[in-house]
Amino acid sequence: MPRVTIDGHTIEVPNGTTILEAARMIGGEIVPPAMCYYSKLKTTGGYCRTCIVKVSKGSEKDPRPMPKPVASCRTTVMDGMEVQNITSPDLLEARAGVVEFLLLNHPLDCPICDQAGECHLQDLGYQNGKVKTRYEFDRREFDPIDIGDKIKLHMKRCIHCFRCVKLAEQLTPGRYHGMLNRGDHSEISTYIEHAVDNEFSGNMIDVCPVGALTDRTFRFKSRVWYTNPEDAHRTCTKCSGKVRLWLKGEEVLRVTARKDKYGEVIDWICNECRFDKKKTSDWVIEGPTHIDRHSVISANHYESLKSLKLDVDKQKRQLVHTKNLLGEGALNPNNE
Amino acid sequence: MRQLLIDNITSSTSLSDYKSHGGYAALEKALKMKPEEIVAEVQKSGLRGRGGAGFPTGMKWSFIAKPEGVPRHLVCNADESEPGTFKDRYLMQHKPHILIEGMIISSFALGANLSYIYIRGEMMVQFHILQKAIDDAYAAGLLGKNILNSGFDLDLHVHCGGGAYICGEETALIESLEGKRGNPRIKPPFPAIAGVWGRPTVVNNVETIAAVVPIINMTGDEYAKIGVGKSTGTKLISASGHINKPGVYEIELGVPVEEFIYSEQYCGGIKGGRKLKAVVAGGSSVPVLPTELILKTAKGEPRLMTYESLGDGGFATGTMLGSGGFIVMDETTSIVKNLFNFSRFYHHESCGQCSPCREGTGWMEKILRKILDGRGTIADIDLLWDIQSKIEGKTICPLGEAAAWPVAAAIRHFRPEFEEYVRNPQNIKDVKHYYRLNNLVEV
Repeated sequence: MPRVTIDGHTIEVPNGTTILEAARMIGGEIVPPAMCYYSKLKTTGGYCRTCIVKVSKGSEKDPRPMPKPVASCRTTVMDGMEVQNITSPDLLEARAGVVEFLLLNHPLDCPICDQAGECHLQDLGYQNGKVKTRYEFDRREFDPIDIGDKIKLHMKRCIHCFRCVKLAEQLTPGRYHGMLNRGDHSEISTYIEHAVDNEFSGNMIDVCPVGALTDRTFRFKSRVWYTNPEDAHRTCTKCSGKVRLWLKGEEVLRVTARKDKYGEVIDWICNECRFDKKKTSDWVIEGPTHIDRHSVISANHYESLKSLKLDVDKQKRQLVHTKNLLGEGALNPNNE
Repeated sequence: MRQLLIDNITSSTSLSDYKSHGGYAALEKALKMKPEEIVAEVQKSGLRGRGGAGFPTGMKWSFIAKPEGVPRHLVCNADESEPGTFKDRYLMQHKPHILIEGMIISSFALGANLSYIYIRGEMMVQFHILQKAIDDAYAAGLLGKNILNSGFDLDLHVHCGGGAYICGEETALIESLEGKRGNPRIKPPFPAIAGVWGRPTVVNNVETIAAVVPIINMTGDEYAKIGVGKSTGTKLISASGHINKPGVYEIELGVPVEEFIYSEQYCGGIKGGRKLKAVVAGGSSVPVLPTELILKTAKGEPRLMTYESLGDGGFATGTMLGSGGFIVMDETTSIVKNLFNFSRFYHHESCGQCSPCREGTGWMEKILRKILDGRGTIADIDLLWDIQSKIEGKTICPLGEAAAWPVAAAIRHFRPEFEEYVRNPQNIKDVKHYYRLNNLVEV
């Protein structure tokens, strides 16, 4: 098993492991960001260039450094490889450059974007971006379009990560959308006279790292930080039925797939679960979602508050139960 | 000066003419050799890829995977489209059979029974010439089953590309050949392991494959005697710009740059007797060099037309031989306008897959447009420099470098000219100003 050292942390990994995956195994701040890589989808990664790292030593056999930064999501580790991510100022400067390029044609409309609070580019911008843009020219403009009865595409927010294209290739039977045109004229679009219409198309919304693909049943209903995520499940013949409900009070505003700490879907869900089951009675609610990645949702200690509330409810119920068992006034010490 | 590729070039599109000048003799010789002997001859010759990268061809061939029962392919990259480079087109148009003969020999050496020539979609004249030559070769038993009774079978197809510059990048070419959008693949795996249809594939430039024919005819050792050091053999140079005799020249590697520009044998000097200002030596993607650096190396020695001499000292004082697209610019040339043209080209041709190239090429073009419009600032020049540094080496394929290097070199060597555009836009916008500024007579 090859050993790789990333920012001074050494780990032994199975053959074929990429630098990014090795970094994720170590965890913490050394994990490179990824906008286009998606571990659940094959052949993703390498396009956005946010995960680039510096390989200061190629391997034990060939210790020469690699001449250019490499995409960590597509480069497999070699035994003895040494990688610099946050310990290399040059690399961080290069990554800041990539972030600048990504934001060149991406409007900062976070105040009205449905992805705000869950947007990886927003996080990346805060971590690596500059306060002011140096770009002074007109941005690309597109009108939002419906690419199916459930999904709206805001092309101007798209960062061409190809995740939705890869998902459509790998999870759905027909190809109805893809990339058109070249360079900064390229755009995601449905093919002529086609709309995205299949039972798993809703997962395209989940894999989009920005707010380019939005859920038409949820758009503008709430900011994400005003909703409470709960894990829930139901018996479904098409998918695992394991989802995340986004509640406002008792109202289900949105249903999404469950995601791991890197924001990647754990189990794909079908459109019926996602778009048609919008009552709490449709679901067996398991409890509050555990979010261990930085997010606006975890920032307000939602989970601990929710747990505390559940605990208080439980104590109250126990109290009532005890009272019922002992009779009125049974807990009054004066009765002893 | 020996010419190995374009000697007796007239009337050689027909098979009979080609044969009458010794054509297909190398094939007969090669089919009597073992494939590994041919690879060894190419290795001995020191032949380097003529498409621009200059990677040793024999070494590239030796990398091809040879799994049992899996077909291999040879693909000829005829998608030539770098501004300033037009030598492959010339070779295919005037001597198609040398390419076909080279394809057969190379396919035999690599164990490929199905090979492709991927030609640029706009080159329809050359496409028809090649197709006719291939049909003739099939009819003469030079292609198809049991070629010249050797037991070797080869099918050769010419595939028209969609006309995108990016399809000249070998993995994008493979994608396009497979019928997909011409986007570069992320390497590894390299084509030698998984290329066309996932099978081991070698992609070589037209001139590289054609050069295999004289190598077999004259042996690798003899071929290696031509040239200087690791730059062996002959090279086609497509010369254009402000020279008296633009065209395609076959040189022995090692000719001094000064001789190439000024001798009657080649470019014949600068048009109108004007002074040389700059040269792009290897196609528009390589760094431009001013007169004082293009004629002499960093050590003050005469600069030669070789991979090493042109690259001497890195990009601060050197450039690259590249594809041999030799663009000569005289003193009336505006480097800023020239760079704008190049940047516009790379912006237009970026595939859009990776962020730095997709966004950065367009940004550079817009800033150059701004400077040309007389609205630029000194900060814009610094910004241009910074943008190119953030594209270079950060992209999936070399198109990022191709877009960044010309910008870096133009600013490095001609920054005062950019500043002049910024400081005196009222003058610079007027083309006549150049003539007044340099005491030149308008032509």
